[in-house]
Amino acid sequence: MTDMTATASVKRSRSLPKINSSAIVMTLYLLFLLLPLYWLLNMSLKTNTEILNQFTLWPRNLTFDNYLTILTDPAWYMGYVNSLIYVVMNTVISLTVALPAAYAFSRYSFMGDKHLFFWLLTNRMAPPAVFALPFFQFYSSVGLFDTHFAVALAHCLFNVPLAVWILEGFMRGVPKEIDETAYIDGYGFGKFFVKIFMPLIASGIGVAAFFCFMFSWVELLLSRTLTTTAAKPIAAIMTRTQGAAGIDWGVLAAAGVLTVVPGALVIYFVRNYIAKGFALGRV
Amino acid sequence: MEKTVNQRAWFLILPVLILVAFSAVIPLMTVVNYSVQDTFGNNQFFWAGLEWFAEMLSSERMWDALGRQIMFSAIILAIEIPLGIFVALNMPKSGFWSSFCLVLMSLPLLIPWNVVGTIWQIFGRVDIGLLGFVLDKLNIPYNYTQDIVSAWITIVVMDVWHWTSLVALLAFAGLKSIPDAYYQAAKIDQASRWKVFRFIELPKMMGVLMIAILLRFMDSFMIYTEPFVVTGGGPGNATTLLSIDLVKMALGQFDLGPAAAFSIMYYLVILLISWVFYTVMTNLDKQDG
Repeated sequence: MTDMTATASVKRSRSLPKINSSAIVMTLYLLFLLLPLYWLLNMSLKTNTEILNQFTLWPRNLTFDNYLTILTDPAWYMGYVNSLIYVVMNTVISLTVALPAAYAFSRYSFMGDKHLFFWLLTNRMAPPAVFALPFFQFYSSVGLFDTHFAVALAHCLFNVPLAVWILEGFMRGVPKEIDETAYIDGYGFGKFFVKIFMPLIASGIGVAAFFCFMFSWVELLLSRTLTTTAAKPIAAIMTRTQGAAGIDWGVLAAAGVLTVVPGALVIYFVRNYIAKGFALGRV
Repeated sequence: MEKTVNQRAWFLILPVLILVAFSAVIPLMTVVNYSVQDTFGNNQFFWAGLEWFAEMLSSERMWDALGRQIMFSAIILAIEIPLGIFVALNMPKSGFWSSFCLVLMSLPLLIPWNVVGTIWQIFGRVDIGLLGFVLDKLNIPYNYTQDIVSAWITIVVMDVWHWTSLVALLAFAGLKSIPDAYYQAAKIDQASRWKVFRFIELPKMMGVLMIAILLRFMDSFMIYTEPFVVTGGGPGNATTLLSIDLVKMALGQFDLGPAAAFSIMYYLVILLISWVFYTVMTNLDKQDG
């Protein structure tokens, strides 16, 4: 079995998909990944009567009403807007503070650098459940409760260490001679960093932004705890579908499908960088 | 790379330090504060010392949750790591199909966690979910809201669905960094497939695999949203993992003291295990180095 996959994978790199065991494995795995997603899409295109009364593998009465419900009701679509606002804010904040720090870690050694680096990473390991209550009280007391800014700041807890970690890996790959040449040529630190250094690690910044976006987009516990109405994320609004008449499955599924879309778009744009980012062994 | 000693580098780190102090240290201090105090309401607190810690350490509820948590993390690591490596070995190495697989595999990673829960909640339902319906038609008893085994299988399969791709992508990146010369040498030596894997691919993947294990361990140990949406911790307490229990205690019952003591011990356990991983990882880096 393993022998077969070996020869198959060697050959396959030359001549693309013939029927071989690798293709079968991948097909099965992708089927496993896509089936639940297909089911969600399927349900979002059905009426509730069809969902509850018939068991159909594809929608017999194709309807877009569920999507219309969401896209015409501000209470629904503002959830997407809120989520996107704090996700983008968080990505910008994380990258802005992480860039100089990652540069320092990659270029200089200073008192306590290794301990500091590990301490930063420990924040990536902090369970959000531990922080939910103190965050709630803290942001309430400084008057930031139920603002996009509060959620963006709270997500910095795990995104800043992550961004520092990823960027440090990319920066280590840039030879130090470049810095030195630039300084000799009379560049100041700020100008050098923005004009010369950042373009060099553009793909690294892209990967870091991708992961910040991803982890801020998928997180729910903190964003739900820190908001009530004004900045409520879409993921929390989805619980509204539990009305008096039971759960509105169609709308719930449509909302779910719509939360997958931004992620899918982001992946599509960075698909060539993802492999590169992973290749550095940093996530 | 040789690094220059420069204490002024601290200034570059300062923004991160301020931000993290704002979003991590202050809240953490609040937790510590609560863990050593007791209250009768009205915002009047008095010193309780280590009472809450003692109480939590002798509470069966916490030990049960910890046991379930360790079991959950162990099961999903035992499935996801080998499966992820296996998938990575079978991925197309380049070209259109490689991007195609990469994009589809990343999809579950970018779905909000409660939507992941919702997807599986629907998928597993006997009346309207494909999985539940098919199992029911095959006369396999399956009901994740009432049956403990079904509930566990559901949350484990859900986690495998959600996160195996991460392991696979990492392992794939590790595989791609192996120069062709290694494979050619192995071919000349007529090494078997197993030996190529054991002596070339596995050692070369070790670095990224450690990261995969570390990340999967941390995240599975902190998991909250997905199982909460699917089972709500039930049936009974069968799937009440540590975070679910903690949130129940802190935000549901507002038992601040015990919840805070619980939080701190929880954090320390994760920290300890992660520190061990981190040390092993940096040592591996040095060996490669």
